[in-house]
Amino acid sequence: MTLLFQLTLYLYLLATAVYVVHFLSQHKQVRAAARGILLTGGILHTVYFVARYVAAGHTPLTSNHEAVSFFAWSMTWAFLSFWWRYRVKNFGVFVSPLISLLMLIAAFSSQEMAPLPPALRSNWLPVHASLAIMANGFMAMAFCGGVMYLLQEREIKKKKFGIFYSRLPSLEALDNLNQHCLALGFLLLTLGIITGSVWAKQAWGAYWQWDPKETWSLITWLIYAAILHQRLTVGWRRRRAAIMAIAGFGAVLFTLWGVTYLLGGVHSYVG
Amino acid sequence: MLAESIVIIGVNHKTAPVAVREKLAFSGDCAGPLLTLMNIEGCRECCFLSTCNRVEVIFVAGDPAAAAVAVRGFLFAKSGLADAEAQQYSYIYQGRNAVEHLYHVAASLDSMVVGEPQILGQLKQAYREATEQKTTGVILNRLLHKSFSVAKRVRTETNIGGSAVSISYAAVQLAKKIFGSLRDKSVLLVGAGEMAELAAEHLVKQGIGRVVVANRTLERAAKLARQFNGTAVGLAELTTQLAEVDILISSTGATDLILRKDEVKPLMRQRKNRPLFLIDIAVPRDLDPELNDLDNVYLYDIDDLKNVVDVNKAEREKEALRAEGIVAEEVVKFGQWLEGMELAPTITAIRQKANGIREAEVAKTLSVLKSLSENERRSVEMLANAIVNKLLHEPMVFLKNTTPHDNPQLKLAFVRQLFGLDKESPEQ
Repeated sequence: MTLLFQLTLYLYLLATAVYVVHFLSQHKQVRAAARGILLTGGILHTVYFVARYVAAGHTPLTSNHEAVSFFAWSMTWAFLSFWWRYRVKNFGVFVSPLISLLMLIAAFSSQEMAPLPPALRSNWLPVHASLAIMANGFMAMAFCGGVMYLLQEREIKKKKFGIFYSRLPSLEALDNLNQHCLALGFLLLTLGIITGSVWAKQAWGAYWQWDPKETWSLITWLIYAAILHQRLTVGWRRRRAAIMAIAGFGAVLFTLWGVTYLLGGVHSYVG
Repeated sequence: MLAESIVIIGVNHKTAPVAVREKLAFSGDCAGPLLTLMNIEGCRECCFLSTCNRVEVIFVAGDPAAAAVAVRGFLFAKSGLADAEAQQYSYIYQGRNAVEHLYHVAASLDSMVVGEPQILGQLKQAYREATEQKTTGVILNRLLHKSFSVAKRVRTETNIGGSAVSISYAAVQLAKKIFGSLRDKSVLLVGAGEMAELAAEHLVKQGIGRVVVANRTLERAAKLARQFNGTAVGLAELTTQLAEVDILISSTGATDLILRKDEVKPLMRQRKNRPLFLIDIAVPRDLDPELNDLDNVYLYDIDDLKNVVDVNKAEREKEALRAEGIVAEEVVKFGQWLEGMELAPTITAIRQKANGIREAEVAKTLSVLKSLSENERRSVEMLANAIVNKLLHEPMVFLKNTTPHDNPQLKLAFVRQLFGLDKESPEQ
């Protein structure tokens, strides 16, 4: 099983390298190769999850390794699904390094399988955890879109056309990408918080108990709610929306790791 | 040599000034010229291309030197120039050079603006008319089809047509990088100068949704607006309009700035931060340079656009070098095909192909029938040999026997196709 994980990691790293080559050379065949490698990685990654599920006997979303690896998995499949419906030029070269980075973090965390504490034994575990982490996946994509927007905007504004101008899509397309990812991510995040709350009621008898993870999820949720609200009302779009998507992703990361390692609480991983 | 029978004679913007080119003046369809050309003694195939920058005759002739004089005479018939002068203003390419030249033309490497895409369409049109008049044969059919695919290769493998090399087009390209599709966007022309008109024309061609013209004199504004199916407004409405439109092109003769930063700043809130692309092509400038500091406002003046164009031109020259590589490669390939289009190489190629099949099949069969004696093995080999030779006999006789009415190239092409001798290259 470790081998399966290692193989997935190497495929992601390779896909990243090939995406970089494509970004510089812009040969279509290279892009097709990169996508093929990423797709293979995504499939192996899925197999790895199933194998781990079978071995552990419960949904493998309870340790840092599992959560981060699932985070990367969500990004991979969200990105690949974009290819089907919603193509963005040269998006891959920005998304794949982030996927690889997450997988490296997963690789360096403990991969041990701990028994599930009684409190977590519930059908809500897969629903709540996967929704919350998939939300992260889309927020990460919005982050990539925000970075791309700022890079492209900088070249247009400064009138100095470097490597990004011809390779990145139009500002409009990047802004739409941002909105698309944020809206989907926000929906998933909302569902994640609601399911978590329902589960908390069942497990602990209270919908909300200001556990640090809950508090920070709420803060993250409020940040994204503000972004989407401002966008619709006073027109926080374009440059400011891109900056906010990047900042919002900071809150996502803090909720994922900062809370666990700095603040503790019931959400701390089993491992 | 077959290759030497391909000739191109032409006049283009490099060899003849417009004063000479306009005297040649071929207009309308090519049917007339094509038929005249086919009547030239020894001219077997021809194609006639006439655009505003060039007139070319591509032909295949048994006696190229004699035909060339006649073709040149035809080209310059209306100009009243003597052949000596005509030679000065025209170029002639033969064989390999002719192939190379045609590839250059098709790939837009020989154009006035290198990389402009129209020439390929014009060449395709010329070829279509030639096929309608049935003036092309085996050689020109393949040559022209090849030139189209070379042009396509150059276009996809290099970035030769990728960057804008005129100011108005550079502005359109920038607009597309900011707005993506221009379909639901609108442009405001302030001042009705020629440059503004040109840029607006490009934008309309790219499908811009709405055109508004603002001018000091409303009459001129109305006239220009009609041309683009737009609306005309007075200059006083500038800021109200600016709250709505996405692109502004300013080209007034005003000596002072007509739009300042603090006038636009409050508008951006009203616009809900929808981006604004300001293009200032007036000298002296119309728009406050500080406008570029506002969020979601992009201001380009004439010098900025010129810089974009200069960078793009340099880029095109670099790409043209890469395109030369592709052309050279394809010229060699065509040369190989031409060499094969003679009798002896075709016969050799058929023999080689048949022998290859025979040897492979015999080896396959013998490897299964291991129990055969030496004599029996020899019999199998002889059997295969006999079948191959007898099957090939009639085609060989057909190829070698020529009657005066035969078209040898057609025959060769037919047989080569029948035996699949030119498989690696895509068929026509």
